[in-house]
Order: sequence, then C-alpha cells, then structure tokens
Amino acid sequence: MRRRPVVIPPEFDYCRASSVEDALELLEVHADADPVVLAGGHGLLPDMKTGETSPGVLIDVSEIDGLRGVEGGDSNRPFSIGALTTHATLAESDALWEHAPVLAEAAKNVGDLQVRNRGTIGGNLVEADPAADLPAAAVAADATLALRDDDGERTVSADEFFGEDGTTSLGNRELLTEIRIPNSERTHGAYAKKTHPATGYALVGVAVSLTVEDGTVTRARLAASGVAESPVRLTVVEDALVGSEATQQGLSAAAENASATLDPSDARSDPTASGEFRIHLLEPYAERALTTALDRTIGDGETADGTDAEVTTDE
Amino acid sequence: MTDHEITLTVDGTTEELTVESRTLLVHALRDELGYTGPNVGCETSKCGACTVRLDGDAVKSCTVLAVQADGSEVTTAGGLADGTDLHPIQTAFHEEHGLQCGYCTPGMVMTASELLENDPDPDREAIRTGLKGNVCRCTGYQNIVDAIETAADDLAESGTTTQQTCGGDQS
Repeated sequence: MRRRPVVIPPEFDYCRASSVEDALELLEVHADADPVVLAGGHGLLPDMKTGETSPGVLIDVSEIDGLRGVEGGDSNRPFSIGALTTHATLAESDALWEHAPVLAEAAKNVGDLQVRNRGTIGGNLVEADPAADLPAAAVAADATLALRDDDGERTVSADEFFGEDGTTSLGNRELLTEIRIPNSERTHGAYAKKTHPATGYALVGVAVSLTVEDGTVTRARLAASGVAESPVRLTVVEDALVGSEATQQGLSAAAENASATLDPSDARSDPTASGEFRIHLLEPYAERALTTALDRTIGDGETADGTDAEVTTDE
Repeated sequence: MTDHEITLTVDGTTEELTVESRTLLVHALRDELGYTGPNVGCETSKCGACTVRLDGDAVKSCTVLAVQADGSEVTTAGGLADGTDLHPIQTAFHEEHGLQCGYCTPGMVMTASELLENDPDPDREAIRTGLKGNVCRCTGYQNIVDAIETAADDLAESGTTTQQTCGGDQS
C-alpha cells in the first residue's frame, strides 16, 4: 500500500560519530533504539519523511575523517574508495575515468547535481535500492567491500553483498568503510542507463567492465540495475564475450543474449514499465555500454585487431 | 527527543539557534531565521526550490538536517546580491524573463551559480542537464536556459566568478 507523505520525519535522536570506533560504540550503545547510520542522507531522509522507515536514533558518520576520497589507481594499484566519497567526487575522478570508468559513469548518472553533491557511495550501496546505479557498477567492477565491527574488518565481494531480495549482508553492528576496486591498464567499462522519468533511478541500467588484450576479450563482467531486487549478472553475455574478438560485431552479437536467463514475470514492474519491457531493454543497453567500453579500449591504444590505434581520445 | 544548539553562517551572518533532531535545514532557515530564499516546494527531494549552497555545494535544504549543517556556511539566493545590486545571474533571470510565477527561481539561481562555477561556458544541453534537480511548472525552461546562457556571457565579460560572490569552500 502506498504510504501518505508525512513530510517532516517523526522524532528521533541524533548523534554524530567522530571516528569509526565511535560510530561502532554508538551502534552498540543504542542497539535497542533501532539505530541507523546517516551518511549523505539522500536515501534515508526521503524514506523517513514518507514514513518508509522510522529509526529511533540516527548515527551521523558524515564527519569521520579518512572515509572520504579516491586513492590508488596508478600502476595497477587497486582503488581504495572511502565509503563517504560523494557521487560528485567519483564522477569527477580522472583516475576512475581512466581505469574504472564504469564506476565514474554510474556516479555521473545518479540523481542530479544536488543529490550527487551529498549522496555517498557507501550510503548508496548499503541502501541497496534495486534501481540504484552504483550497486550494479560495483558488481561489474568486481568491487570488494570492507565492513568493520568491534572484532575488526571483514571483506565481502559486491557479488555476495547484495541479497536477491534487496537486502545486504551488512550486520546491524557493522559499518561499511571502504570500497576496493581492482585496477588494470587493460580494463575499460561503461554504464548505460534508461532513466525512470519520475524517480530518476534506473528503469534499466547496464554496467560493463571489459578487459581486452591483443584484440581479444579476456574478461567481462556485466550487471544490470532496475530489473530485479538486486543487481543481476548477465553471465550469458559474459560467457559469449570471453575469448571473442573485441569487435563491434562481436559485442553486439553477445548483447543479443542479454535477456536469455531472465523471466519477465520475475522482473520489477510499475505503471511506467512492465517487467517484460525492462527485460526487453537489456539488449540495447548492454550493447550501448559494450560499445562505449570498446570505444574506450580503442582510445587507450588498442584496436579491434590488436594493433596500435592511430586515434586516441582523452577519456 | 534531543534538541541541539547549532551555529550557521547564513549569507555572511552568524546565527545561533536551537533545533530538534528532525528539523530540516529549510525550516531552520525559513521558520527559525527568516531567510525566505529557499522555498518549500515538494519536500520529497524532487523539485529543488529549496536549493542553497552549503559550504559551497548546491544542496536541497529539505534533505539536510539542520543539525548536520552545524558549523557550516550557507548561501541563499538572498545572499547572492551585493547589497541592492543583483548578482549577474539574478539580473539575467530578470532580463530574460527566466521566471513566471517565480517560485522555483531562488533554487534555479543557486543551482546555476554552481553550474557556472564548474563550467563557465556551458552549452544549452549542459545547462539542461545541470538543472535536472530543479523543477519549474510554468516556463518550459526555455527562458531559464536563456538566462543562464546570458549570465555565463555576462560573467565572462565582467571577469566576475560566481565563486567570489558566493563564498564558501569549494573543495
């Protein structure tokens, strides 16, 4: 049933954490009051205003030093992205555009200027909205998430982090602190999105991470947002791509199978777009994302036949 | 539930006030402090009429808790002008008739100020993309886009940057 907007959130307590340890302690202290972690607030506060969620306590982690920014990315060093890094920062990161463009492009597609200025990658992944852009991008980028609790850190792959029913594997006393992304000189990617006209989230978004060596696809990861309750790996397309020549023709042929393993009756559906339509969109959007990724591969000095390209681009 | 003593610097004036945990920044600015630039349009984070600059970032003040903004610098549309001299963006909205009922205008102006800081010479497509978070129900956006184009030209001609006028830390 659709809830009536309440506009101003019901009462709650607010505390600001000064460090990760402080945040974990506050989660423990307030365990009986349904504490919720507040980062950028752009998923949480709208939900609180419409009565979707009513935490007893908000634990604001947004001022914690050291959980912000993009590090690494040079000389094949993996990226380390602080959980409080905003979408705007991700979308403006030259290093990400160069070595993990799927993440930068997905961040660029989030909401609008104001939302990107406040929303954070950590908040977005933990919220795990089925139509959000970054969860699919994190899966395609083969991200590893670092989760902290009193006992220390554990890591979980983005693939395993998102449950099939829209939940995550984050525990009640845990904090997502860091997102780690592998970095390879030969890995390129892209995110292609059909935006829901009302919500700004994805009707369908396809995230692609592609490794091309000597003109051959050696590794491919594709994940789609918007079609199910969690990011969907397009494994049929991945299997068709690996070992094939990185040509437009080859990529288009592989994209043709994008909807092969999905049942329209299992897909998300609303008055704007049926499950059948969303699945129908997978092929063209997979093809668009793959085409852009291929263009970026060529821009990096590769050609479809493995020889050096004459034309290079900045991106 | 908890109350919080907070300090905001709004349009250059230091303000001290007490807010509830749940008080939204837009209500603190309008109802508690009397700054009427940010308008309450939808309160669902869609319309952008409440847009202000918070430490330099354009944000929807209906989606920020006032207590989160403690210690921050806020610029509203009212703070863009230099005394009685309108900011070039405000002048351009006036001259190009980039408003009809005017309700969305303060938010449009504040978003435009960051837009032009990031890209001093945007094409019309970039302006439209940049305005995605601001909804106008009257004008069809044509004159708003005209106004921002004109403002970009005027700012380039005068050598003024929005950053100097708006203040705030852009990092």
